[in-house]
Amino acid sequence: MSGAESVGNERSDGGDAGRDVNRTPVPDADVCVVGAGPAGALVADRLAADHEVVVLDAGPRFDPADRLARQERAIRPFYGRPDVWGGGGARDAYENAGDRSYPLNHARVKGVGGSTLHWQGMVMRLHEDDFNSGTARGVGPDWPIDYADLRPYYAESERELGVAGASDNPYAPPREEPHPMPAFEPSYSDSLFAEACEELGIDMHSVPNARNSEPYDDRSPCVGYGTCQPVCPSGAKYDATVHVERAEEQGATVIDRAPVERLEHDSDDRVTGAVYATPDGERHRQAADAFVVAAGGVETPRLLLLSASDRYPDGLANGSGHVGEFFMDHLFAGAGGTLDEPTRQNHVGFYTSACDQFYDEADETQAPFKLEFFNYAGPSPVEMALTGDDWGDSLLERLRDGYGTHVAMGGLVEQAPDADSRITLADDRTDDRGNPVPRIEWTVGDRALDTIERANEVQVAILEELGADVEWVAGPDATGPAYHHMGTTRMSDDPERGVVDADCRTHDLDNCWIASSSVFPTSGAMNPTLTIAALALRVADDVDARLSETN
Amino acid sequence: MELTRRDAAAALAAIGATGGVALGVRRTTGGADSGAGGPDPSSDGAALSDEAVREAMTAVARVVYPEAVSGVDAFVGGFLDGRLDGSAHAAGVRAAAAEVESAARSWYDSPVTDLSPAERDGLLRELGADVADENPDGTTAERVRFFVVNELLLALYASPTGGELVGIENPQGYAGGAESYRRGPP
Repeated sequence: MSGAESVGNERSDGGDAGRDVNRTPVPDADVCVVGAGPAGALVADRLAADHEVVVLDAGPRFDPADRLARQERAIRPFYGRPDVWGGGGARDAYENAGDRSYPLNHARVKGVGGSTLHWQGMVMRLHEDDFNSGTARGVGPDWPIDYADLRPYYAESERELGVAGASDNPYAPPREEPHPMPAFEPSYSDSLFAEACEELGIDMHSVPNARNSEPYDDRSPCVGYGTCQPVCPSGAKYDATVHVERAEEQGATVIDRAPVERLEHDSDDRVTGAVYATPDGERHRQAADAFVVAAGGVETPRLLLLSASDRYPDGLANGSGHVGEFFMDHLFAGAGGTLDEPTRQNHVGFYTSACDQFYDEADETQAPFKLEFFNYAGPSPVEMALTGDDWGDSLLERLRDGYGTHVAMGGLVEQAPDADSRITLADDRTDDRGNPVPRIEWTVGDRALDTIERANEVQVAILEELGADVEWVAGPDATGPAYHHMGTTRMSDDPERGVVDADCRTHDLDNCWIASSSVFPTSGAMNPTLTIAALALRVADDVDARLSETN
Repeated sequence: MELTRRDAAAALAAIGATGGVALGVRRTTGGADSGAGGPDPSSDGAALSDEAVREAMTAVARVVYPEAVSGVDAFVGGFLDGRLDGSAHAAGVRAAAAEVESAARSWYDSPVTDLSPAERDGLLRELGADVADENPDGTTAERVRFFVVNELLLALYASPTGGELVGIENPQGYAGGAESYRRGPP
């Protein structure tokens, strides 16, 4: 079906497109997974061969045939970012109560595949010190696991997602084998940056992409649509539908449009059922032996808080009182301008070079940060063409003036955990089913803000060395979130200090795991999805082991 | 710079056409279209045949496209062959084109195809399509901007030839491969 508006509104319409969908609970399920994003999909895929697995997702199952129409939505100015994947509205309502506004529905996709449907696909490993931030940097707690614990799972995740990368980054943590695919070659603009960086003694290196640089896993290599974020029509960019489909092929059941409203438990501290709604207005209860909550950094704590009971009046798995606390994101730092020569931007929607040189300088006053050399600086001509009151020759002249000489750098900065930065339930606002919406209090501390300034200094120095006319700097006052929700059900060996243990199993409930960036005690400054994937595979192994013990 | 059928195919590949509708095989000649994909009679304009929609859109393209491009007829025709399917979007294009045609006949006493380029430009501005923000459900001006003006501009600037006019042979929306970003300027 052609046309941006030909895609239905998945929030409110029937949405099943003639499919005869059975959304009733699966009898005798071993494992119930809440959320069909990357974490839930990987857990389901890993367990489906040997266990009866059911996955419940609040959002729809998107038709792959609609991806070009979604791409059109991404380009056309009428549509906002949440419209691309049908986000927003009463289903996805939330409220902000902190000193910074958090654009939650720009930061997630609800549906089968989750936020990997709109992500950019950057997949770095956290550094060794990220797991020991308290000891190494004097900030936040140490994780109860080390890099060495995750290292084999990182390698496996890179194979599962399909990562194109190279071993040319001297600042990356140790790895045991090459990436599954060769890295994307540096861009033309990378070559311009390289000269400036060499002058300044700043190292550039490749960057790992969850995007096919060659055919991989029966998926296409990148064909250069240039709209990676928010939609890849070719399937070259990994998204979690890959593992959802694989799980289903092994017998897992995936139920879409099935928002879980609460988890029920028994008197033996075991979760017994997930109560979910369906589009026909019915409510169902999925029983299982094990539950894995994989609903992201906002909906995961919200579900636990919605599941409060007489036995757990402050919310499920909340004996520590920390559910929802320590909400973190990565802060964006950037700068850009123009050169007096062509820079060849916006051919692709991902970047190919980065700089991790300053990452491990981190201490109590400076957060870890990384730098990115953009291949998509400045405006996209086709998007420019659809706005303005001109056409014909005058439009072409405006496009030629506006496109062609931009350069820009980005960067991500770690936010230290802060209990006052948190997700709670709204007092008097409910979603389309009458459940309190998440209330976001997002607070960013001085260490992160100061580090943004430090990142800006490096970025501006590089741009000036390059000869750029620096036209914008996204500093502490203009920073925003990178849409990485982390920290809200933190991991700790101590039940008083964390929600889950080192195996990502909740301290309070024996058969409940959390697979999400919500378990990160500290965030580092690397994009979180590869770590989410590694933890999810580790969770699956633990679930499998415990189910095997039980049986 | 000549627009080609390849450009039309590229534009369709960028922004979608109904699966199975190949370029050049779905041209309807004469007579009002019928069925789900037909024109929206609720609009201000009278229903147009798909051929008349093509002619009106091509006439508008000759105004909103820069003079540097040639081959507009084949490009717009090929593009609309894929776009005028049974979708809600196609119905919107038909209806908005009919509104442009209706305005031409009311204000200029002539079909849009017979207007001079200056008159066509004036017609679009009098409709308000120049200053309107696109909106598929909005006012006439907003719908003409969405379904006619921006439809045509999207097709052009998401195609390789349209991109090359601006200096990018692999514009956003066009699957032009993962090599061009590595090349320096020509």
